[in-house]
Amino acid sequence: MNTDIAIDARNVGKIYGSGAGAVTALGDVSISIKKGEFFTLLGPSGCGKTTLLRCIAGFETPTKGSIHLSGTDITYDPPYQRPVNTVFQSYALFPHLTVAQNVGFGLKMRGAAAADVAQAVDRVLALVKLEDFANRLPQQLSGGQQQRVALARALAPEPQVLLLDEPLSALDLKLRKEMQSELKRLQAETGITFIFVTHDQEEALTMSDRIGVMSAGALLQVGTPHDIYDRPTTRFVADFIGETNFLEGSVEDHQVRIGTGDLLAVPLEGETGPVTLAIRPEQVSVTSAQADMSGKITDATYMGTDTHYTIELKDGSPLVARIQSKSTATFDVGDTVGVAIDARAVQVLKS
Amino acid sequence: MSRPETGRKAPRSKGVDGWLLSAPALILLIVAASGPLLIVAIYSVLEKGDYSGVRWILSGEGWFRVLFERDIFDQTISLADANLSIFWRSIKLSIATTIITFGFGLPTAWFIATRPARSRAFWLFLITVPFWTNLLIRTFAIMEVIRNQGILNTFLTHFGLISEPIQILYTDTAVLIGMTYVYLPLMVLPLYAAIDRFDFRLIEAGYDLYASRWQVLRGVILPIIKPGIVAGSILVFIPSLGAYVTPRVLGGGKNMMIGNFIELQFGQGQNWPLGAALSTLLLLVVLVSLIVYTRVSSKDNTNG
Ligand SMILES: Nc1ncnc2c1ncn2[C@@H]1O[C@H](COP(=O)(O)OP(=O)(O)OP(=O)(O)O)[C@@H](O)[C@H]1O
Ligand SMILES: [Mg+2]
Repeated sequence: MNTDIAIDARNVGKIYGSGAGAVTALGDVSISIKKGEFFTLLGPSGCGKTTLLRCIAGFETPTKGSIHLSGTDITYDPPYQRPVNTVFQSYALFPHLTVAQNVGFGLKMRGAAAADVAQAVDRVLALVKLEDFANRLPQQLSGGQQQRVALARALAPEPQVLLLDEPLSALDLKLRKEMQSELKRLQAETGITFIFVTHDQEEALTMSDRIGVMSAGALLQVGTPHDIYDRPTTRFVADFIGETNFLEGSVEDHQVRIGTGDLLAVPLEGETGPVTLAIRPEQVSVTSAQADMSGKITDATYMGTDTHYTIELKDGSPLVARIQSKSTATFDVGDTVGVAIDARAVQVLKS
Repeated sequence: MSRPETGRKAPRSKGVDGWLLSAPALILLIVAASGPLLIVAIYSVLEKGDYSGVRWILSGEGWFRVLFERDIFDQTISLADANLSIFWRSIKLSIATTIITFGFGLPTAWFIATRPARSRAFWLFLITVPFWTNLLIRTFAIMEVIRNQGILNTFLTHFGLISEPIQILYTDTAVLIGMTYVYLPLMVLPLYAAIDRFDFRLIEAGYDLYASRWQVLRGVILPIIKPGIVAGSILVFIPSLGAYVTPRVLGGGKNMMIGNFIELQFGQGQNWPLGAALSTLLLLVVLVSLIVYTRVSSKDNTNG
């Protein structure tokens, strides 16, 4: 048994309802989350992120598979027996209790002595910088402050794992950025394992130690932000994380011949036959001079620091290039340009 | 007189208009609500008439007779045990009715509030159906169920669960059953309104924070729906205390409640001042219990 693992989900499946109306929310998900890790579940709406989180919290019982916490099977334990706490998207603060009472709720329910509860509440409120608000009611706080109370309430009982279901989605952009670094700081200070759910890929990339990308009830890829961004293994992941160009081609002579007839020296690991190349827009460069390939600019979008050019290659396939706006050469729609692809950075996906 | 600034004048004239607008309501309140109360209060301190009514002579006899009685022969004064026990029974039965309707009302209201929105109207309609029937008829229906040869006893005897019919009719239990049945909707509706506003996600938050089912009920659900509990309890307790028809029909002659006792003074007893004093006392009891109840229930809000 690996003692470094906090949450170990094995072949977890969840089907809501039965018969004709049954919805398969999770197909067969296996995942190991390490102790002290900031783990993010990322995926589009309806892919089953909340369902997986609710299975870990104990609000749902998986239809199949099992969930282990530090080596103990907790699949069928009720939520109030799991040392796992949740920060709810809606905050779900108790409106009849003050901030301090909200934060102390978990410890009180576990039967901690009043003095210990008070001490823990003070400590956690200091951690989220809400010392001055202890005696307010939740409705007397701003959205960001309520968010912190929800966080403090879930942290106070010192759970082994903290689950956060899109906790920042109700906040405006500035507050959101603030809370992102706040969460990172809290995670580092407490050493608690965080499982964070978001459908915002940027948020996932900046905050996580590792990311699990989900789609339609399946876990497609697990890895560090670098892994996920630079080495996506499926077209879905490459497409979902950042912008990506896809070019179809086939392996020939340890190179890949694409639709235009050009050969690209992309890194191959024994692939043969038809493949898909995933090319990030920043890996495409555009020159007025002659290059590997040529194409015609069909669209130019100025985005501040960058400009996005859509180039139509010889075979008609589109390719987006991201060029720094302050670079010397600028191009107009209709220009014929030379196109170069940084082949070593291209990701090869099996078609 | 020089013209005052318009800015100052406007609110003043608005205030006068406000009074004028509320005049109909005020007149109604004075004539329809306070007026009769005042008459009752005045009657309670007058002398009793020869057969009925009052004589316009100031007298404390009505109030005196609430608590004490005078021996007809030697005029010795003793506590009116009978009156006190009627008061005590009324309060006891009303509190019991409130508690029992709450016991049944909470699960009922919870059930309705957790149905899909479409079917809720149907369940609420079912709850209010009894209101469409005359109280007397409903009370006789209860009588039909619980009397010795009634539905309940016949059923139990038939299946051999009992050999002799159980005497329920004309006991306090019968009164309690009747009042619970009659006042249950008054408990369910405010509870439903409160549960309907309740955010069910808070239950999960409670479970998540190590609260058992019982702790979630006590620490989260009940405090939050308390306004509904307070409203329902008041709506049940007050009419229970003054109940007349139910104790009259189901309690028979001997198990009187205050309402029946008051009626007795204005009817057979021919003692209007005593009846008026009892009525005023009933009103005071209700007021005091309301004040105490709301005080107590708003206080334990803060020690959650
Ligand atoms: N209680 C339920 N009953 C039936 N189907 C459900 C239930 N909860 C979720 N689903 C379905 O299960 C699937 C996964 O839902 P889930 O809430 O896990 O998605 P999600 O990834 O959290 O999405 P979002 O980003 O929108 O929150 C969806 O198709 C959803 O409609
Ligand atoms: Mg969700």
